[in-house]
Amino acid sequence: MKLRPSCLLIKLRLISGSCDFAASTNMLLLLKFAVLLLTLGLCQGNRQPNILVEDVEDVEPAFEPSRFGSLWPLPQKVKISQDSFKLGSSFRIVDGKGSSAGSSCNILQNAYRRYYEYIFGGAKRQGLGKNRRSAPSELTELRVYITSADSECDGYPSVKSDESYDLSVVQPFAVLRAPKVWGALHGLETFSQLVYEDEYGAKSINATAISDFPRFAHRGILLDTSRHFLPVKVILANLETMAMNKFNVFHWHIVDDPSFPYLSRTFPQLSQQGSYHPYTHVYTPADVKMVIEFARLRGIRVVPEFDTPGHTQSWGKGQPDLLTPCYSGATPSGTFGPVNPILNTTYDFMAQFFKEISSVFPDGYVHLGGDEVDFTCWKSNPDIQKFMDAQGFGKDYSKLESFYIQKLLNIVTTTKKGYIIWQEVFDNGVTLKPDTVVHVWIGSGTNEEMSKVTAAGYTTILSAPWYLDYISIGQDWRNYYKVEPLNFNGTEKQKALVIGGEACLWGEFVDATNLTPRLWPRASAVGERLWSSKDVTDLNDAFNRLSVHRCRMVERGIPAEPLFYSYCPREYKGL
Amino acid sequence: MGVMSTVSSGQHTRPMCYLLLLMILQLGLHTAEGVWPLPQTLISSTERFHLSPQAFYFGYGRQSAAQQGCSVLDAAFKRYFALIFPDYTSGRWNLFSDKNEKDGTLPFNVDKQFTVEVSVDHNDCDGYPNESSSERYNLSVFSGRASLKAVTVWGALRGLESFSQLVYQDDFGSYFVNKTDIKDFPRFQFRGILLDTSRHYLPVQAILKTLDAMAYSKFNVFHWHIVDDPSFPYQSRTFPDLSSKGAFHPMTHIYTQSDVRRVISHARMRGIRVLPEFDSPGHTKSWGKGQPDLLTPCYKGGIPSGTFGPINPALPSTYHFMATLFKEVSVVFPDSYIHLGGDEVDFSCWKSNPYVRAFMQKMGFGSDFTKLEAFYMENIVNITSALNKTSIVWQDVFDYHERIPKDTVLHIWKGTPASYYAELSRMTKAGMRVVLAAPWYINHISYGQDWHNYYTVQPLNFSGTEEQKKLVIGGEVCMWGEYVDATNLTPRLWPRASAAAERLWSDEKQTSNVDMAFPRLQDFRCKLVRRGIQAEPLYVGHCKQEYQGI
Repeated sequence: MKLRPSCLLIKLRLISGSCDFAASTNMLLLLKFAVLLLTLGLCQGNRQPNILVEDVEDVEPAFEPSRFGSLWPLPQKVKISQDSFKLGSSFRIVDGKGSSAGSSCNILQNAYRRYYEYIFGGAKRQGLGKNRRSAPSELTELRVYITSADSECDGYPSVKSDESYDLSVVQPFAVLRAPKVWGALHGLETFSQLVYEDEYGAKSINATAISDFPRFAHRGILLDTSRHFLPVKVILANLETMAMNKFNVFHWHIVDDPSFPYLSRTFPQLSQQGSYHPYTHVYTPADVKMVIEFARLRGIRVVPEFDTPGHTQSWGKGQPDLLTPCYSGATPSGTFGPVNPILNTTYDFMAQFFKEISSVFPDGYVHLGGDEVDFTCWKSNPDIQKFMDAQGFGKDYSKLESFYIQKLLNIVTTTKKGYIIWQEVFDNGVTLKPDTVVHVWIGSGTNEEMSKVTAAGYTTILSAPWYLDYISIGQDWRNYYKVEPLNFNGTEKQKALVIGGEACLWGEFVDATNLTPRLWPRASAVGERLWSSKDVTDLNDAFNRLSVHRCRMVERGIPAEPLFYSYCPREYKGL
Repeated sequence: MGVMSTVSSGQHTRPMCYLLLLMILQLGLHTAEGVWPLPQTLISSTERFHLSPQAFYFGYGRQSAAQQGCSVLDAAFKRYFALIFPDYTSGRWNLFSDKNEKDGTLPFNVDKQFTVEVSVDHNDCDGYPNESSSERYNLSVFSGRASLKAVTVWGALRGLESFSQLVYQDDFGSYFVNKTDIKDFPRFQFRGILLDTSRHYLPVQAILKTLDAMAYSKFNVFHWHIVDDPSFPYQSRTFPDLSSKGAFHPMTHIYTQSDVRRVISHARMRGIRVLPEFDSPGHTKSWGKGQPDLLTPCYKGGIPSGTFGPINPALPSTYHFMATLFKEVSVVFPDSYIHLGGDEVDFSCWKSNPYVRAFMQKMGFGSDFTKLEAFYMENIVNITSALNKTSIVWQDVFDYHERIPKDTVLHIWKGTPASYYAELSRMTKAGMRVVLAAPWYINHISYGQDWHNYYTVQPLNFSGTEEQKKLVIGGEVCMWGEYVDATNLTPRLWPRASAAAERLWSDEKQTSNVDMAFPRLQDFRCKLVRRGIQAEPLYVGHCKQEYQGI
């Protein structure tokens, strides 16, 4: 899923040197929605010779506060009134009476603390006691009710999880109702986004009614820990940020050609030999556990990808005979190609390996890759040629690929997991289980592919327009935002098979030094597209909300980069 | 390494470089190639000497004009000790070998002692680096000692940086340095980085960190584009309203006088000049908020429209204000250069204003607004000349006003190689000194290894005499601030700017091949990460010590 020639077909325009400043400092304090002050103007091009900016057909937006404040992604139904309440020092987030989740519900208790700290900026202002009388316009509690019998408190989120919630901010108690904890987590994030500082710095919130649910069930971020190793801390910080943007799938592209950082209990040699460093650049079982639990507490699924038969150079170092020996003429050249599909040992290994994976990763799905298989090595190998003849594959190596994938899918099926595969596997006509998820990533003919995959009755997730590792100067978030995932030819039934999408940040040029600012807030644009209603397409309103949302991420310690020239009241301090 | 060569997508394939890098990392070929930017001449052998932090000293040579108490070098010794021995935390070390030898107080005498002896010809410890400061140094590493000789303390700083990059650790954490002989000097005198603190405010900490990283790449000019249209964060003593009304926020988004002093002092300690830019008459929207009547009122249909254009060149009060402001600036900033901007002036507002048009008539400019612009700039240049400062201006000023005073420095920012070569020819033919920035607009990002573009620039590849080429005093990397603030500045700047640094410091013939540079730059970027600079990766790979922040 790496080669995307067509995705770089972009409209180009030469920006002029003109500069038009439209300050908008005046109306800010009047509007009570904004959590943060922000001044943005409109200015293009300063001493920028030959700037090629992507797709600037629309006029650059000037900042003005949105009537939806800083809500991101925009909830399905929002009503905000002008009545405002203060959040006093005695404000608490508490379990509602009769909620099916109680004080033993870790997910919620941790979330209450997290959002309390976010709302009050970490500076805990403890109340003097419960007896203190509240002021007439004070909001004293947010009461959280889990309304279905099973709160799923101790479970893991899944693609079928109910993430809906209703939030009502009225005096004196705000009420958050959700059938499951997953919806409650999103509701808490939304609540925290409604809180703003008034001109005296007091925490305030307007009377609000929100009814919300995601448009798509699968809203993912792909991080690549093979091309560069990402310290666990970086992964956790991005899970935290994903929750702020209501993403719910961490697609962990954990291994690939360059390195194998996953420490396997069954095959420790894989990382011992295949990682950049066997101690400092590996994910131990404890690390993986920590990531999964951290994600669970934020309603995020962890879908691991173990991509085969291509993209496996690093596997070969710790697992002899797994990869195909390439030949130069009649002798082995000493280099290796994709996984060797003709040996029984290959499938024995895969069976054991995926047995481990299925128990380590609790999610119902595992991503099996299957993309970009290079046939030249297979072609060079005389044993493979013999096998091809014996199987009657002729010269069609995609049949050999399908043969391999078929056997792999059968293996994984026995582990009771569903699987996600990159689109080539479908394109090559491999027999897939009905619940297989096909991951569409190739930038050309994306709509046709979506039509084909869904016509064949498979569920699908879309990544093609959201390869965030491609960068350019300018506000490229607008391009991600403007994507309409269901904009392909197909019946309603077909469209219902699109369960979501993923923003992919491949790791060629990304490591801990630049990952977070490169991902955020650009991925936030994808987040809103996947969560909010289809008709939420106003770029100006999005700019206004996203500008403040980005400052909120900065304030929460996430180095999310700016959209355009502007400032945040509290700039990034993490230097 | 078949690793990369079997990746099917062509854009990701760079097998040769990768191979080279791995060889260097795995075989531990730590040679003097580890110095970035590459010194002019460098001879090293495989003979290596063990360094122990417990028996490592900096000292002044007997003949050195600077001795203990030299602020610049004393501080540098302390800094470089920590950079040379990043693992060393016990804190039990002393700076000056003489003292310790006499006292015999060393707790660990098992290790063989190693002393870096620094000698300089001039005692310029309390001065500032300037446009003619020598940065030349010679460094020889022998058994038990290294000799670093320089004309000035600024040259000694460059030599210390090179020495720190020569030291490496083996797999067991022991420190070594190879026998080495370096004779080094910069190809260009002016090697700058521009930061823009108007489009986004950069906390002082971000500026100081950038200065640290600049020293690691031997940059020597911090071009502080401190104000512009969006905000005016410089807190002026004379005109406090400029920032109280023109900054993004009058309390939190300003540079106080002590902030500015701190930046200048931090830069001085690293041999870096601070060149302030107060760009006018365009790019001044934010000035107008705190200084009424400074900007030109624009007219629409015979009446003022309520918007403002460039600085009003028709009013005497304008020049009085500018003279007062630049008087302050010339005192606050010790450097002998002041950048006056002068770029991208939009004439539409001037054209709309009847008073400006009347002034044009009076001056006999007709309807040629470039003459008005030239008139304005000439006045401003005269103001700075009277303050004994050298003016530096963007190329626009030369383009519309070729009779600009000869000692003005011109700054090229526009165009393709063909057009900036033509501009270089014209300017140097006119006898003007030039700084080249056009090829190094590093705020322009794109997918892939764009450092190649910054590396392969040939600044002197224009048609002109040897005399003309000497007038190109250097180059500058510009990081404009539209899309950059403290969240992403550092990884966007480094190591991409380091590619330009080698172009500006090193011999072009020895450093023209990007494939040769790649493993060295990979190595250097890991050094930056190790030093806490969030320098982004060039390509697939890893550093021994990865960045530990987020």
